[in-house]
Amino acid sequence: MWMWVVHRVTGVAIFFFLLVHVLDTALVRVSPEAYNEVIGSYKTPIYGLVEAGLVAAILLHAFNGLRIIAVDRSTWALRHQKQLVWAVWIVFAVLMAGFLPRHLMHVFGGA
Amino acid sequence: MTASSPEFVPGPKIKEPRIRSGRVRPGAEQWSWRFMRISGPILVILILTHLFINLMTGDGVNQIDFAFVAGKLASPLWQVWDLTMLVLAMLHGGNGMRLLINDYAHTPWLNKLLHGALGVAVIGIIVLGSLVIFTFDPCPAGADPSLLPSFCKDLA
Repeated sequence: MWMWVVHRVTGVAIFFFLLVHVLDTALVRVSPEAYNEVIGSYKTPIYGLVEAGLVAAILLHAFNGLRIIAVDRSTWALRHQKQLVWAVWIVFAVLMAGFLPRHLMHVFGGA
Repeated sequence: MTASSPEFVPGPKIKEPRIRSGRVRPGAEQWSWRFMRISGPILVILILTHLFINLMTGDGVNQIDFAFVAGKLASPLWQVWDLTMLVLAMLHGGNGMRLLINDYAHTPWLNKLLHGALGVAVIGIIVLGSLVIFTFDPCPAGADPSLLPSFCKDLA
């Protein structure tokens, strides 16, 4: 039930980001200056945190989606679906532990 | 029953949606269900690689500017990569939003309005993104050379 909510909320968030992301990338067709100015705002602390949240949403949606497919396809996965929910959160935590420090250093450390 | 037995039909038995004439579109929801299962894992690979290259390698988010994007989009690999990602992600996300609209917008006019807006957004973004990928010039004439990828110098 909670993973169902997580999947919906992260899905909607990713969808709206995707609309904005294609629009901002389309500025490469306008001019290098226009693109650099808008993409510069992605490097500010507030956007840096939003990006971290976005990466978190994508990772959760990705691995929970794979869990849903597994549970539909195999009775083993269906019987172990509670453990698979834990697996989703563990994979998520490990990948975020790899991503967050590096990303936050880029955003806040000037690295 | 296993997935390989002939009588197995994947997907939940959802009542087929009716089109305006009152007929049903046979199998439409099952195709939507199949598309999500197929595009999902492909998107996991495409997007996690995209995020890794853009945010983890080099200077992470700080390296992203016109020269970085131009350098990537100059290569056919990334053109195909980005185009596939664009189309699959918009269709996967659009179909997901369609399901949410059907779940929550029960008022007929609101349901129709949201589906219309969604269709315009999905088609508009796919067309815009494809045009950018196909018509992109990494070394636009008259642009400040310091903002361009280094290979533009060799072309001049």
